[in-house]
Amino acid sequence: MQAYINSVSLISPQLTHDGSFLTHPLVNELACVMNCVEPVYKEYINPVALRRMSHVVKLGLAASAICMRQLPDVRPEAVIIGSGLACLSDLEKFTRLVEEYKEETLPPIPFINSAHNTVAAQIAMQHKLTGYNITYCHHFLSFESALRDAFMCLSEDMQNVLVGGIDERTSDNFHIYNIAGFWRKEPVNNLDLFKGSYPGTLNGEGAAFFILSNEKSDGSLACVTGVHTLLLPNSTIEDVNQELEVFLKKHSLSKEDIDLFILGRNGSNVYDSLYGQFEEEIPQSAHIAYYKHLCGEYMTSSSFAMWVASNVLSSQSLPDILTFRRGSRQDFHRVLIYNQALGKEHAFILLERA
Amino acid sequence: MKEEELIEKLKAEIIEQLSLEDITPADIDADAPLFVEGLGLDSIDAIELTHLLDRNYGIKLEDPKARREVLASVRSMAQLIAKQGK
Amino acid sequence: MRRRVFVTGFGILSAIGCDVESNYSSLLSGRSGIGQAKFVKTLLDRYPFAEVPASNEELAAKAGLRLEPFHSRTFLLGLCAAKEAIRMAGCEDQLPSMALVGSTTVAGMDLTESCYVRMVEEDPTLKYLVDSMDCSDAVNRMASVLGNRNMVSSVSTACSSSANAIIVGTRMISSGLADRALVGGMDSLVRFSINGFNALEILSPTGSQPFDQNRDGVTPSEGAAFLVLEAEDVVGNRRVYGEIKGFANANAAFHQTASSPNGEGALAVISKAIEKAGLQPSEIDYVNAHGTGTKNNDLSEGRALEAAFGVEAMPLFSSTKGYTGHPFAAAGAVEAVFSLLAINNQVVFPNINFKTPMEELSIRPVTTLQKKEIRNVLSNSFGFGGADSSLIISKV
Repeated sequence: MQAYINSVSLISPQLTHDGSFLTHPLVNELACVMNCVEPVYKEYINPVALRRMSHVVKLGLAASAICMRQLPDVRPEAVIIGSGLACLSDLEKFTRLVEEYKEETLPPIPFINSAHNTVAAQIAMQHKLTGYNITYCHHFLSFESALRDAFMCLSEDMQNVLVGGIDERTSDNFHIYNIAGFWRKEPVNNLDLFKGSYPGTLNGEGAAFFILSNEKSDGSLACVTGVHTLLLPNSTIEDVNQELEVFLKKHSLSKEDIDLFILGRNGSNVYDSLYGQFEEEIPQSAHIAYYKHLCGEYMTSSSFAMWVASNVLSSQSLPDILTFRRGSRQDFHRVLIYNQALGKEHAFILLERA
Repeated sequence: MKEEELIEKLKAEIIEQLSLEDITPADIDADAPLFVEGLGLDSIDAIELTHLLDRNYGIKLEDPKARREVLASVRSMAQLIAKQGK
Repeated sequence: MRRRVFVTGFGILSAIGCDVESNYSSLLSGRSGIGQAKFVKTLLDRYPFAEVPASNEELAAKAGLRLEPFHSRTFLLGLCAAKEAIRMAGCEDQLPSMALVGSTTVAGMDLTESCYVRMVEEDPTLKYLVDSMDCSDAVNRMASVLGNRNMVSSVSTACSSSANAIIVGTRMISSGLADRALVGGMDSLVRFSINGFNALEILSPTGSQPFDQNRDGVTPSEGAAFLVLEAEDVVGNRRVYGEIKGFANANAAFHQTASSPNGEGALAVISKAIEKAGLQPSEIDYVNAHGTGTKNNDLSEGRALEAAFGVEAMPLFSSTKGYTGHPFAAAGAVEAVFSLLAINNQVVFPNINFKTPMEELSIRPVTTLQKKEIRNVLSNSFGFGGADSSLIISKV
C-alpha cells in the first residue's frame, strides 16, 4: 500500500509555516514548556465560529485549512484525527465549573467543546466535508491509529483523505503530569535537551496535517508505506527489535534498507535508555535524527516527525538541526520513524521517496 | 436605569458572555433580531443568554415560548429587565 | 478481496443487567433500568438516571480482579463485557493477535472528577490516578489483562463512539489487517456528563421517552458492550451469531450539537449502510433507533427514517433507551448486542415509555414485544459534532 503525501501543514513551537526553523530554530530557555507559534486565525477560520473555539480547535482548523489550501481541487473524502488529549482545555474548564457552580446551571459551551471529536467535527462543518469522520484518542498511539485508518480508507474506495495529529498543552495537564515526574524540574534551552541525564522532558504541542492519496502527483512529497504499533508493558529492546523485524519483513525490507531513522528521544533518561539500545543496532551507514528538541513531548508528536520525514525525502537532505549522527548514505530512499512511551507503547511509521 | 442605558449595558454583557470578540456594542442594533439574522446566534447562545438573565438579573425563563419572545432582540430583553429585574 | 465479518461472541452490562442473559430477560419483560441513582454522587439527584446494578467491588469480582484504587468504573465495565464476549466466542487462545478497538467519552473521570483540583495542585498522594484520566487507560488495562498487543486503539466520537469502534474493527478484518477484533465501548455515569446535559437543558425530569410527543430529554446512564468479530475464513465450525453486513460513517456538517430538523445526516448514513450491505430498504426487518428522547434527535431521526423507508414501508422500529437510558460511548455497542439478540431470538423489543405519537411523524415505534422473522437489523448511533453512524447486522 502506498499513501502519497500530496500536501502537508504544520503548526508547532517553531516557525514551521515556511520551514525556516530548520536553519533558524526558535530557542526557549525560560520554561519547561514549548507553545505553538500561532497563525492569524481569522485568515483560516470563519470569525463567527471562531468565538467558541478553544486553543486546540483553532490549531486544528488552521493547520487543516493550510493543508487543504495547497490542493484547492481536492475534497478529502475522510477526516481522520489522532489526538491523545483531544479537547482537554474545555474538559478541564467544565470539570472545574461543575465543582465551582456546585452543579447549578452551567454554561454549555465548554461541555460541548470537550467532546473529543470537536476538531474533526469543526473541520467537517467549516469545509462542508460530509464524508467519513473519526477521532482516535489513544495516548501515544493516537496519530498512528489515525494513520492506520487512513490506509484502510485508501485501500477501500477513497482517493484522498485528510489525516491530522494534534495535541494542545494546558497548564492543568502540565501540573498533573508533573506529579508523575514527566517534566524537567529546571528550565533548559530546548536545543540542549539531549545534554546531560535528567528524568524529565519538555512539554510541547502541535498540529500536523497531511492529505494522503492513493495516486502520485507531481507535488507528492513522499509516500507512507506502513504503520505498526505495539502495546507491551516493560518491553525490552529484544521485543522492539523483533517487532520491527516482523514489520519490515512484511514490506520485504530489513534495517539495512532504511537510510534515516527518526527517533522520538525526548531528553528524559526514563524514556531514552531504550532509544540508546535501539541506536546501537542501527547500521553505521544510516543517518539518525531527533526532533523533540524542536517541538517538545506530546502524544501525537510522531506527526511532527512525519512532517520532518516528508521534508527530508522530498528535499533529499537532512538539516543539521535534526541530525544526531550523520551516516554515509547519499540518497534518502526510506525513512523509519520510531517513537515510544515509557517502554510500553511503541510505534513505527515507514516512508519512502515518492 | 433608563432603557437606552440598560441596552448599552446589556450589549456589553452579551458580547462578553458569547465571546463576540470582534463586535462592539455599536455594531449591535437593539431592535434587530439576535437569532439567525442580525448577529446570527443559535440555540446554544439562547441558553447562554438565559443564564445571563438569570445570573445578572434574577430572571428565570423556563417557558420556551416566553424565551423566544424575550430573546428576540436586545430591546425586548431590556424591557423585561426593566419590568422584572432584581 | 473483501472478507465477510462475523460476530462470534458478545458481552454486555447495562442498566437492565450485568450480562447478556439478564439484559435479554429484562428486554422481554419490559423492565426499565431507569430510576434513582445509587452509585454516582451528584446534587442533581432529583433527576432519574440508569446505572449498571453492580458496585465496583462486584464488578471487579466478576472480572476476576482484585479491586485497585486506580481501577476506574469505566475500565471495570469494559473488562466484564469483553470477558463475557471472549468466553462466548471461545477464542481465548487468539487474544495476542486480536485487534482491540475500544471507546469511551469519560475515561476514568469517575475516579478523578472529585479530586481534580488537588491533582492540578500536584498532590503527590494522587500520583496513581494520573493515567486513569486518559482515554486509552481502560483499553490499555483491558489489553494488559487480556493480552492484546498490536492494533490496540480507542475511538472517541461522542455518542457514536462504540458504533465507530465496531466499524473500525470490521474494516480491519475485511481489509485483511486482522483476522479477529474485539470491539466495543464503555462509559461510567459521572457528574461531568450529567451536568453537561443539564447545561444543554436536555436532562429528562421523568425518564427518557423516545419518540413520544411529550418526550423531555435524555436519561444519562452507563454501560459497556463488546463484540468478538472474526473473518469468515477463520471462524471454522464455531457458532456465528450474526454478520456485520453493512455500515456507514458520515458527518452531518450541520451544527456542533444539533441535528438538522430534516435529518439529512441520519438519512445519509442509513441509506449508505443499507447500500453497503447490498440490501434494499425493504429487506430491513427491524430498526434499533438512536432515539435518545430529546426533542431534536427524535424528530430528526424520525424524519430520516420516513425518508429512507417511506411511511408505508417502514419496518418495525424502537429505541431501547427507555430501558437503558443513554450510555453515551457504549450506546452503539449496547444496541448492537440488542440487535444480535433480536436476530438470534427472532423478536423485536418494544419502545417502552411511549404513550403519545409525535405530531410531526406518521411512523410509530413498536410498543409491544413482537415475534417476527428477522434477517437484517439497522442500528443507528448519532453523536455531537454531526458524528453519524449506522450498522447493518444480519442473520447468517
